Amino acid sequence: METIVFSLLNGVIYGLLLFMLSSGLTLIFSMMGVLNFAHASFYMLGAYFAYSIAGVTNFWIALILAPVLVGLVGAAVEKWGLRSVHANGHVAELLFTFGLAYLIDEVVKIIWGRNAVDYRVPELLDFPMFELFGAQYPAYRVFILLVSVGMLAALWFILNRTRAGLIIQAALTHPHMVGHLGHNVPRIFMSVFGAGCALAGLAGVIGGNYLVTDPAMAVQMGPIVFVVVVVGGLGSLTGAFLAAMLLGLMQTFAVGIDASFADIFGWLGLSATSELGGITIASLAPMIPFLMLVLILMVRPRGLMGDREL
Amino acid sequence: MTEPMLTVKDLHAFYGKSHVLRGVHMEIMPGEVIALLGRNGVGRSTTAKAIMGEVPPKGEITFKGQRIDGLESYRIAHLGLGYVPESRDIFPMMTVRENLILGIKDMKKPGRWTIEEMLEMFPNLKERADNLAGVLSGGEKQMLTMCRTLMGNPDLIIIDEPTEGLAPKIVQQVGDMIADIARAGVAILLVEQKLSIALRIAARVYVMGHGEIVYEGTPEDFKTRADIRKEWLEV
Ligand SMILES: Nc1ncnc2c1ncn2[C@@H]1O[C@H](COP(=O)(O)OP(=O)(O)OP(=O)(O)O)[C@@H](O)[C@H]1O
Ligand SMILES: [Mg+2]
Repeated sequence: METIVFSLLNGVIYGLLLFMLSSGLTLIFSMMGVLNFAHASFYMLGAYFAYSIAGVTNFWIALILAPVLVGLVGAAVEKWGLRSVHANGHVAELLFTFGLAYLIDEVVKIIWGRNAVDYRVPELLDFPMFELFGAQYPAYRVFILLVSVGMLAALWFILNRTRAGLIIQAALTHPHMVGHLGHNVPRIFMSVFGAGCALAGLAGVIGGNYLVTDPAMAVQMGPIVFVVVVVGGLGSLTGAFLAAMLLGLMQTFAVGIDASFADIFGWLGLSATSELGGITIASLAPMIPFLMLVLILMVRPRGLMGDREL
Repeated sequence: MTEPMLTVKDLHAFYGKSHVLRGVHMEIMPGEVIALLGRNGVGRSTTAKAIMGEVPPKGEITFKGQRIDGLESYRIAHLGLGYVPESRDIFPMMTVRENLILGIKDMKKPGRWTIEEMLEMFPNLKERADNLAGVLSGGEKQMLTMCRTLMGNPDLIIIDEPTEGLAPKIVQQVGDMIADIARAGVAILLVEQKLSIALRIAARVYVMGHGEIVYEGTPEDFKTRADIRKEWLEV
């Protein structure tokens, strides 16, 4: 029973982190028309910035400052990089973001080294929040949950209940018309790119110490975030949210299942062949996102909520 | 004599290698209503897009004494030039009211009309103020785009084929609305196929053929020019 409750909680937390990462990516996709391969690199930058800032000040300052800095880096990349590449078409843009991802990787390795850094959960939150069926649940995870839900609410409010949010939404679908109505579309795009990167950065700040902060974190997270965006439907925030939750829960539950194929064969009354039987369900967890990606592209290329095909 | 509000001199425009505008000349006085006529594909919409900065213009475009060719669209809009494109481009997933809100350039500077006043003038829109714009009829969408652009308080508004695809009764209503806009003192460059509407409202007529202006005159003069109609308009 506690496995189910804990897996549910962990799955929701992982799903919310995934959403925080993919929400920016999906907005940026609507705007540019291409996936930004460097998006997960901004997540990594968030974690490293937070590690360094927390080192000289404390975690709480890092929590605010690191995403802001990542957002500024993102805005600068849009203004001085992408904007000029944009004129040369989608392939150029795609390659640009590819190059950028590797560039950020290398820069991170040069500054912080090749090994994981010791970016820790703040002491204030390093205690068990509650005990359930004899097992303890860490307070930091509850904190991640609260920050994510807060971010979700803020994002929803800004996009749907403010004039600025309406202008952003209109600019994503009708950039020319929004310009003719007198809104500074280049500046809107820069802000959206910056804000999307800041959200990825925030995911890095609160996720980097919960998971690991090392130079491989972008490469590990990148493909999963793409899966979320594609499965959810390119450009759809609601879709990204559903896909992130689905993926988060499925992966967490798969890891929590102790059974192996041998057991399943046993239940089915088949004899367990030695090698196949040794495979555990948990070991299949990393496969789930990509299996989902492949399946969705086959049966529903628009994704869960998307309005256009790839 | 007052200065023209908009002056277009030797305007050229290209789509890739195809040379679509070949030296367009045009002048619009403050508050004047101009009709731009021509067959399909002669470059009327491209003229509008080039003036608005959506297609890169080559030539000299002056609005209220300031060069606007090469400016970004939003700057052109802020100088007081409004544009209602052929594609209408309402924001379908937003309500009628939200569409109107997005027409306001600066919340601190009140325009000629408030949203409530605009809705009072158009009962059809008022009834649907909180419905999604995507479900409006073609005529209502056209009215909404015009109202949305008017919320930005333009001094000149370029309206591209407002009556295309509308039922005759609605065409009449849209025509009345354009006449109302003119009465409010807003200059209009009306791109229109339907002579009935164009000649009723316009003070001057331009006819375009193959990317150039081939005729300019008053509606009275134009009515006597069967040769021009035959060569450049009738199909
Ligand atoms: N985006 C584009 N790319 C390439 N060619 C275009 C593009 N838009 C228009 N054209 C071409 O440029 C010419 C002028 O087009 P424009 O839209 O200005 O015509 P128009 O006079 O408004 O006629 P209508 O609206 O009835 O089609 C046409 O031959 C058209 O095929
Ligand atoms: Mg046209």
